Amino acid sequence: MNKINSKIPAGPLENKWSNYKDHQKLVNPANKRRLDIIVVGTGLAGASAAASLGEMGFNVLNFCIQDSPRRAHSIAAQGGINAAKNYQNDGDSVYRLFYDTIKGGDYRAREANVYRLAEVSNSIIDQCVAQGVPFAREYGGLLDNRSFGGAQVSRTFYARGQTGQQLLLGAYSALMRAVHNKHVTLYTRHEMLDLVMIDGRARGIIARDLVTGKLERFSAHAVVIATGGYGNTFFLSTNAMTSNGSAAWQCYRKGAYFANPCMAQIHPTCIPVHGEFQSKLTLMSESLRNDGRIWVPKKLEDAKAIREGKLKPTQLKEEERDYYLERRYPAFGNLVPRDVASRAAKERCDAGYGVGTTGLAVYLDFKEAIERLGRDVVEDKYGNLFQMYEKIVDENPYETPMMIFPATHYTMGGIWVDYELMTNIPGLFAIGEANFSDHGANRLGASALMQGLADGYFVLPYTIQNYLADQIQVPRFKTDHPEFDAAEKGIKDRINKLMNIKGTHSVDHIHKELGHIMWEYVGMGRSKESLETAIEKLKQLKKDFLTNLRIPGNKEDMNVELEKALRLQDFIEIGELMAHDALDREESCGGHFRIEHQTPEGEALRDDENFSYVSCWEYQGEDKAPVMNKEPLEYEFVVRQQRNYKS
Amino acid sequence: MDKNINIKLRIWRQRSPKEKGHFENYELQNISQGSSFLEMMDILNEKLVNEGKEPVVFDHDCREGICGMCSLYINGHPHGPDEDVTTCQLHMRKFDDGDTITVEPWRSAAFPIIRDLMVDRTAFDKIIQAGGYVSVNTGGTPDANAIPIPKKNADAAMDAAACIGCGACVAACKNGSAMLFVSAKVTQFAQLPQGKPEAARRAKSMVAKMDELGFGNCTNTGACEVECPKNISITNIARLNHEFLKAKIGS
Amino acid sequence: MSWLIKSSIGRKFVQSISGLFMILFLLFHMSMNLVLIFNYETYDFIANEILGANWWAIVGTGVIALGFVVHIIYAIYLTLQNKKARGVNRYASSSKTPVAWSSKNMFVLGLFILIFLFLHLYQFWYQMQFKELFHIEGARPDGAQLVVEMFSQVWVVILYVFAFVALWFHLTHGFWSAIHTVGWNNTVWMKRIKVVGNIISTLICLGFVVVALAVHFGFSNILG
Repeated sequence: MNKINSKIPAGPLENKWSNYKDHQKLVNPANKRRLDIIVVGTGLAGASAAASLGEMGFNVLNFCIQDSPRRAHSIAAQGGINAAKNYQNDGDSVYRLFYDTIKGGDYRAREANVYRLAEVSNSIIDQCVAQGVPFAREYGGLLDNRSFGGAQVSRTFYARGQTGQQLLLGAYSALMRAVHNKHVTLYTRHEMLDLVMIDGRARGIIARDLVTGKLERFSAHAVVIATGGYGNTFFLSTNAMTSNGSAAWQCYRKGAYFANPCMAQIHPTCIPVHGEFQSKLTLMSESLRNDGRIWVPKKLEDAKAIREGKLKPTQLKEEERDYYLERRYPAFGNLVPRDVASRAAKERCDAGYGVGTTGLAVYLDFKEAIERLGRDVVEDKYGNLFQMYEKIVDENPYETPMMIFPATHYTMGGIWVDYELMTNIPGLFAIGEANFSDHGANRLGASALMQGLADGYFVLPYTIQNYLADQIQVPRFKTDHPEFDAAEKGIKDRINKLMNIKGTHSVDHIHKELGHIMWEYVGMGRSKESLETAIEKLKQLKKDFLTNLRIPGNKEDMNVELEKALRLQDFIEIGELMAHDALDREESCGGHFRIEHQTPEGEALRDDENFSYVSCWEYQGEDKAPVMNKEPLEYEFVVRQQRNYKS
Repeated sequence: MDKNINIKLRIWRQRSPKEKGHFENYELQNISQGSSFLEMMDILNEKLVNEGKEPVVFDHDCREGICGMCSLYINGHPHGPDEDVTTCQLHMRKFDDGDTITVEPWRSAAFPIIRDLMVDRTAFDKIIQAGGYVSVNTGGTPDANAIPIPKKNADAAMDAAACIGCGACVAACKNGSAMLFVSAKVTQFAQLPQGKPEAARRAKSMVAKMDELGFGNCTNTGACEVECPKNISITNIARLNHEFLKAKIGS
Repeated sequence: MSWLIKSSIGRKFVQSISGLFMILFLLFHMSMNLVLIFNYETYDFIANEILGANWWAIVGTGVIALGFVVHIIYAIYLTLQNKKARGVNRYASSSKTPVAWSSKNMFVLGLFILIFLFLHLYQFWYQMQFKELFHIEGARPDGAQLVVEMFSQVWVVILYVFAFVALWFHLTHGFWSAIHTVGWNNTVWMKRIKVVGNIISTLICLGFVVVALAVHFGFSNILG
C-alpha cells in the first residue's frame, strides 16, 4: 500500500490556507505566457478555472463535448449557493459553514479542505455579483438569502429557481471574455479520450473531434480535469444525457487514484419513472419538503387499487394514509436529510405500498399546506415547480398529490486530489464534482455550486502555480512524442475493437441493463450479498458488451453511438469499482448505506474506528483487481457525533 | 389520461453541410403519450440501430429545459406546438393517434447544418465573446452588498438573463435575426450598475458581431417572443436599440 | 455616420425615421384633403397660393420625395439581406407561429402602395404641381375640379380604397415598430404605443377614404 500524502499545510485550521498562499511558489507574468494548461470541461469549475487562469496570463486550452461551454450541466442546479456572509445576522460564520459541511458529509471529508471551501465562499458571491449575476434581492437593494437543509442559518444565495444557470453563465461570460482576449482557446464538440503522460507527468490529452471523428493531440504543462460526476452509471439519473465519467476514468487507468467511488447521492424528490423508455429523471427542488407531506396508503390493497387506476389518492381518508416519515422521525418529519428520506421511500415501495402505474412512487401532498396557507401562498412559493410537474406528468398538483421517487443525483466520490487539488500524477489536477474532496459521504444542498466555483476561481489558480513554478524551464511540447503515438494507437485499437463487435444490442440497451444492476444491487441499501451479486453481474455485462454491442456508421465521422459506447464501457468499469468500494466499506455513512450496519431503529451506523479513511483505488491493469490505498482522516478540530433525526 | 398512439414521422436527413438533404418517412407504433418528444426520438433511433441503420442525429443534453442544447422545428414551431417549453420538455400528449409529425433543423444562414437535425450555433458564442460580459478579473471585487441594486432592476435583469441560448428566436424569425438573443444579454447588464461602465462598448460590439455573422435585420414581427421557451420579451429589443443608438449618437 | 448603412440597427433606424416622417406627411396631406368636403375654393386657394410653385413648397416636395426614396431603397436593402440571412434552405412546414399578418408582409404591402403611388402621382401631383413647375402644357390650377373628375370614375375610387386598406395594415405595424426601433418601447408602453399607432393609422386611412367617397357620391363642397 502506498503512503498517501495529502499535503495539508501545518498550523491552526483557520490559518492553513493563508499560510499556504503566503509561502507557495508563484509564476511571474512573463513566464505564464510560456506555460500551457489544458482544462477539460466547462461547467462551473472548468469555466471558472479556464477564465481565471487565462486572465492571469497562462495559455489555456479549454474543451467541452457540447456545442457551447454554456451547456454544461451545472446549468441545471436550481436551489442556490452557500456562503458564510452572515448578511442575515443570524450567527453564521466561516466556522459554522465548515462545521455544517463536515457534519453533513458524515465526517468523511478532510477538515482542511472543507475549511478552505467555507473561507473562500464569500469571495465567490462578491465575484459573481461583480460579473452581473442577477441574484435575488430585497426591496432595500441588498442580497436576499434562503435557508436550506442541514443548516440552522439562512446562507443560501439564489437567482430564482435558476441559480446554477446564472452562476454558469457568469463563469461562461468570463470565459468568453478570455477567449476574446486570446488567453483561452476553446475546443467545443471535443471529447477527451486519453491522458498523455511523459516521464511520469501529465503532459497532454488525446481528444476526438465529435463532428469529424478525427483523433487530435494536445500538449500542455498541466492538465485539469473538470468533467463532473459519474451519476449516469445508473443510466437514469438527474444528470444530463452526455454527463459521463470517462475523462476521470482514463486518468484512473493512467494511475490516478479514484477516491470513495461508492459515495453517490440519491435525491429524494424527483419525478418518478413513467415507463421503460424513460431517458432521464427530473429533479424537483428539495424545498418542496418544507410544506409537502409524504405518504403512501396504509393498506396494501389500497396501494394496489391505486396502481391499477381503480382508486384515486384523494379518495383515501386521513386514517388510511401512512405518513411514514412523520411516523418514523417525529422530530424532523418530512425534513430528514436526503439519504434518510430516499431510503424510507424505497423501503415502502419495496414492501408493496408504492403508487403510480409502476409502483415506484410515493405521494408528496400539499393539501394540508393549501388549507393552512392558502393556494396563493403555495403558488407563490412553488408555482414554477408545480407547473414543471404538470408539464411532465399531466396532473395538477394543486388538486391531486404529487408523485415523487428518489434518483441518483450527485457523486461525492471522484479522482483523488491533495490539498492543492493535484492528483497523485504530477501535473494532473481535478476540480469540481470530478474530484472527491469536499463533501465526504454526503453533500449538503447548495454546496455543489460553492465547491465548483471555489475550486475554479480561488483555489486552483493559486495551487497550480506551486506546480508550474518548477516547469518554467520546460519548453512547449511537440505532439509527435512517442507517448502521444502510443496513446493515440491505444484509442484507435479500442475504437476498432468496438466497431468490429457487430453484435445485436444498442448501446442504450446495455446501458439500461447496467443501470438496473446498479440501482438494484449498488443503490440505496447495499449488502455484502447484493454487492457480490453486482460484481458477478457486471462481469457478465462486460462480456455481453464486448460480444453483443452494435455500432452502426463509421468511426471517422460523426458517430453518436460510438461516443456513447466509449462512455458506457467506462461506466461499466466504474460500476465495478463502486461495488468493490461499497463492499470494502463495512459501515454506513451518508450516501453509502450497508443494511448490515444500522442501528436498531434502522439508521446509518458509522464506524469511525475502522473506516475513518478515504479509499484511494489504484488501477493495476486490465482484469486485475485494483489495489486500495488508505488516506486516514484525522479529525483534529471537530468532535464526531452520530447523526440523529428522531428527537 | 395518457394512452399509446401510432405516429408517422417526416424527418430531415442530411449527412454533411455540403451534401443535399431530404426528408425520410418513419412510422412508430405504441408510443406512450407520457413520453417526451426526445424519448420518442430515442425509440426511433433504437429501432434504426436494431435495423443496422444510422440513427438520426440531434442535439440534446440536460432534458430538463435549461441547457438550451435541444432544438428541432416541429410542425411549424421551433420546440414544437406546446407553449413555453423546449423540445426536451415537449410531451407526446400534444399529438394524436395517426398524426404526421414533420421534424426539421433550425434554418438560418448563421446556423449551418452539421448533420441531420444538428446545427452549428457557435455564432451565439462569438456574439457573447464580442462583449457579453462585465470585464472583471477574478478576485479583487468589492463586497457583494457594497452596491445596492433596486429589486425591480435585479428582477428585470433576471428576466432577461433567463435566456438559454437555444436559438429558437432565430429559427422562428423570417429574417433570421438574432436580436432577441443579443438584446437579452445587453438588457441584463444595462439593468445593473456593474454593467454600466462598458454599456456603450458592449452594445456596439455585440451588434457589429451579430451583423458580421450574417444574422438578419429585425422587423419586429414578434415571432421570436412567441416561440421563446423562456418568455424573453421583445421589449428587450427596444432596450437594445436604445442602448445602441445612445452609444452611437451620444458618443 | 457609416453605421446608418453598415449596422442593422442603423439601417432600421433610418427606415423608422423616414417612416415616421411620412406618417407626418400623410397626416398633413389628409387634413388638406378634408377641405374638399367643405369648400372647393379654399382647397384651390391652398393648393395654388400656399403650396403652388413657392420655394418652400418645392423644398418640401423634395424632402418628402427623399423620404420616400430612402424608405424604399432601405426596404429593398433590408429585405434582400433578410432573405439571405434566412438561408438557402427553407422550412418545408409553414410557420404556425401566431404573429400579426401585417408584420410579415410589410414589403408586399409597401410594394402595392408604391404601385398605387405612381398612379396617384400621375393622376394628381403631375397635373397640379409638376406641370406648373416645369411649365408644361395643361397644368391644372383647378385642383378641386380635377379631384372631382378623377373620383367620378368608380375604378379609381375602388383602387383608392384598396390602397388605403393596404396602407392601414402597413401603418398599424409600421408605427409601433418604428417607435420600438428608435428605442422608446418598454413593457408598460408596448400596448399604449400599439393603440396610438392604430388610432393614427385609422385616422389617416379613414380621412383619405372618406374624401374619395364623399366626392364620388356628391357629398363634398357642402359649404359651397
